Amino acid sequence: MSRSVDLRTLRRRALASATAALMAAGMAAHADAPAMLGKLGRAATPAEVKAWNIDVRADFKGLPPGSGSVARGQEVWEARCENCHGTFGESNEVFFPMVGGTTAADIKSGHVAGLLDPNAPARTTLMKLAQLSTLWDYINRAMPWNQPKSLATDDVYAVTAYILNLGNIVPADFVLSDKNMAEVQGRLPNRNGMTREHGMWDVNGKPDVQGSACMNQCASAVAITSRLPEYARNAHGDIALQNRMIGGVRGAETALPAPSTFVALAARQAPPASGVAPAQSEGLKLAQSHACLACHGIGNKIVGPALLDIHKKYAAQPKADAVRLLIVRIKSGGTGLWGNTPMPAQDHVPDVEVRTLADWIATGKFQ
Amino acid sequence: MSRLPTRPGRLQKAPEFFLTRDAMTLSRDDRRSFLRRAFVAAGGAAGALALPKAFAADGDAGDPAILTLPAHSKGLGQPVAARPYGLPSKHEDNLQRRESPGLTRVSAASVSFAPLQGLFGIITPNGLHFERHHQGWWDIDPAQHRLMIHGLVKEAKVYTMDDLMRMPSVSRMHFIECGANTGMEWGNVAVPTVQYTHGMLSCCEFTGVPLKWLLDDCGADVKTGRYVLAEGADGSGMTRTINMANALDDVLVAWAMNGEMLRPENGYPLRLVVPGVQGVSWVKYLRRIKVGDQPFATKDETVHYVDMMPDGQHRQYTSIQEVKSVITSPSGGQILVDRGFFNVTGIAWSGRGKIRRVDVSVDGGKNWKAARLETPILDKCLTRFNLDWTWDGGDAILMSRATDSTGQVQPSIGALRKVRGTRSIYHNNAIQSWLVSPNGEVGNVQIG
Repeated sequence: MSRSVDLRTLRRRALASATAALMAAGMAAHADAPAMLGKLGRAATPAEVKAWNIDVRADFKGLPPGSGSVARGQEVWEARCENCHGTFGESNEVFFPMVGGTTAADIKSGHVAGLLDPNAPARTTLMKLAQLSTLWDYINRAMPWNQPKSLATDDVYAVTAYILNLGNIVPADFVLSDKNMAEVQGRLPNRNGMTREHGMWDVNGKPDVQGSACMNQCASAVAITSRLPEYARNAHGDIALQNRMIGGVRGAETALPAPSTFVALAARQAPPASGVAPAQSEGLKLAQSHACLACHGIGNKIVGPALLDIHKKYAAQPKADAVRLLIVRIKSGGTGLWGNTPMPAQDHVPDVEVRTLADWIATGKFQ
Repeated sequence: MSRLPTRPGRLQKAPEFFLTRDAMTLSRDDRRSFLRRAFVAAGGAAGALALPKAFAADGDAGDPAILTLPAHSKGLGQPVAARPYGLPSKHEDNLQRRESPGLTRVSAASVSFAPLQGLFGIITPNGLHFERHHQGWWDIDPAQHRLMIHGLVKEAKVYTMDDLMRMPSVSRMHFIECGANTGMEWGNVAVPTVQYTHGMLSCCEFTGVPLKWLLDDCGADVKTGRYVLAEGADGSGMTRTINMANALDDVLVAWAMNGEMLRPENGYPLRLVVPGVQGVSWVKYLRRIKVGDQPFATKDETVHYVDMMPDGQHRQYTSIQEVKSVITSPSGGQILVDRGFFNVTGIAWSGRGKIRRVDVSVDGGKNWKAARLETPILDKCLTRFNLDWTWDGGDAILMSRATDSTGQVQPSIGALRKVRGTRSIYHNNAIQSWLVSPNGEVGNVQIG
């Protein structure tokens, strides 16, 4: 009895609040200049604007005064950039190559001819770069990869100069500065390689490709021109484990060859009891979240040694010792044990997580 | 306290009221007497409970899932708040966002794809929203986060999250699609399932404040200042130029998705929402808006997110995600459970407006039928479509083709290649084809 009274009250309240919400929505739709204008937020101080106003535009507005030589750039490059980008900016290991594919003729024309070669292995940064400001701005705001915004202004000029020198755009004795950036812009191999003549910036722009609205007898024959090769059947893992286990479809069992004939689900063998991929260990999660795997593959060397190789190296001693040693190696980084490529100190990783990672590597079960 | 019961022994309704110790005791006594009554009443039914067992022993009597009561029908379930933040059923673990092996080399500068093959309707659950990070993601302390607006404005201003969240907010449903979605398929079929062909796509209800209000608040010069730069607070200092026309139209500075705060992977505590425009412009961890009289030629506007044309020129500042659709089920990598009736279902969207119609072909594009569009049909938002289909056990090629409110019709891959070649990477809005083979498997194919 009292229950039904409560329900009625609830319904009445819900109705009242829904009506209020509708009224509020109606009013908001007409509020073009809301009453909050001028009442929230505060003026930014000049120092605050200066601290964040770091962008450099194509016309070099925003470029701070400074300079750096190709020679200094090489020093910075070898210490801070080479790990990922290769000694000559050519590496394709971690990121796309930066340098290569441009010619003296391109520097003259401002169009990179190599872009027309459909068999070119990759489009390097210098093949695409149309604005020098972009290179400077990006190094300044985002590099090095794991310590962005840590380069001194002069070193940003120096590294930019070094990359340009690797591309034969400036000579080896060149000093790049805010005074001559515009001049060097005139030598960029792909400076004339961009167009804004398209309908895809403005929402009212005109599309360049229109489909057909044909409804019936639109084609006399249907030819399949591309499909996945059989060897790629399982390249994305077992698709059966990437689909719901209920409904009108299942994922195909790509770990097995394709069935030769159709068998309705009711007659198929029961799916694995738990159709679920194994859970990730805490160590793997941390190795992913701290980007350890960017440089260390589990079974393969990338920039640093494979985790499996590190595990093997430390497996000879008692596990507690191995963990202690690995903690030190992770926290302080270093060079020499595995070659000359230095590993940066990972002192920003909390101690408890370093310990988990060290234990994970020492245990050697990389799941 | 005034809401406490005055009549002793009355059954209390949890959890709306706090109970005093006395009230609890009284309530417990009352429950005891209730249980005693229930026990007596159940006595007469004891014989009936044994019946299903007798039927289950006979194989022809029916489905054991019906005839044998399962544990969950015969036991006590989990209490409320056993999971203070709810999780999907353990039976749904297969539906996860995933990386495409070999696509990127560094997982902090990578993408994970949303499992479109298993999603319903038009809203992407927050935990399955696709991810694209350029330099890793962060879980930023919102109390320390600031938004600065400066450049061609009367007064450069700083807003805290408190400031922004005190403002009158709006909530809008929009899709977000990476400009490189379906980019692996420009030259040929490269990946097996809709998760990898189209999964850099999600759709949420976003809540925030229109950027226009903030620009007004700072006195932006929107005549000379035809562009805004949006910049993120993450290591990559993600930056993109937004047209002032967009900024004044429907761009939001948003802190919420699908009713809760943004997820860290999606820009917590603040991101830009640029309806209809590729995801890279929806800058996450938004810290700065600068009004300027020229576009800003950022890294992701001159080196990446530039679309190469057959003549070697790159299109710069391509932004609009043009009309597109895809059948999500049955789709690549799936196998049909039986012959007979199926609901062919999928999603359609356009960065230029609403979806007006979707046509579906089951014969490789020879003939088309109009699909049913489900509501709501919103501007720059996913629209769900469905079509009845009977699989007779033979070859079938399923395709969908969307038309938007501007009249643009989704093109074939062949039509796109004729104009843009095969090395554009970005903005592939081609019609997707799924081949259903007689063995029941569905594969990703392209039609000449």
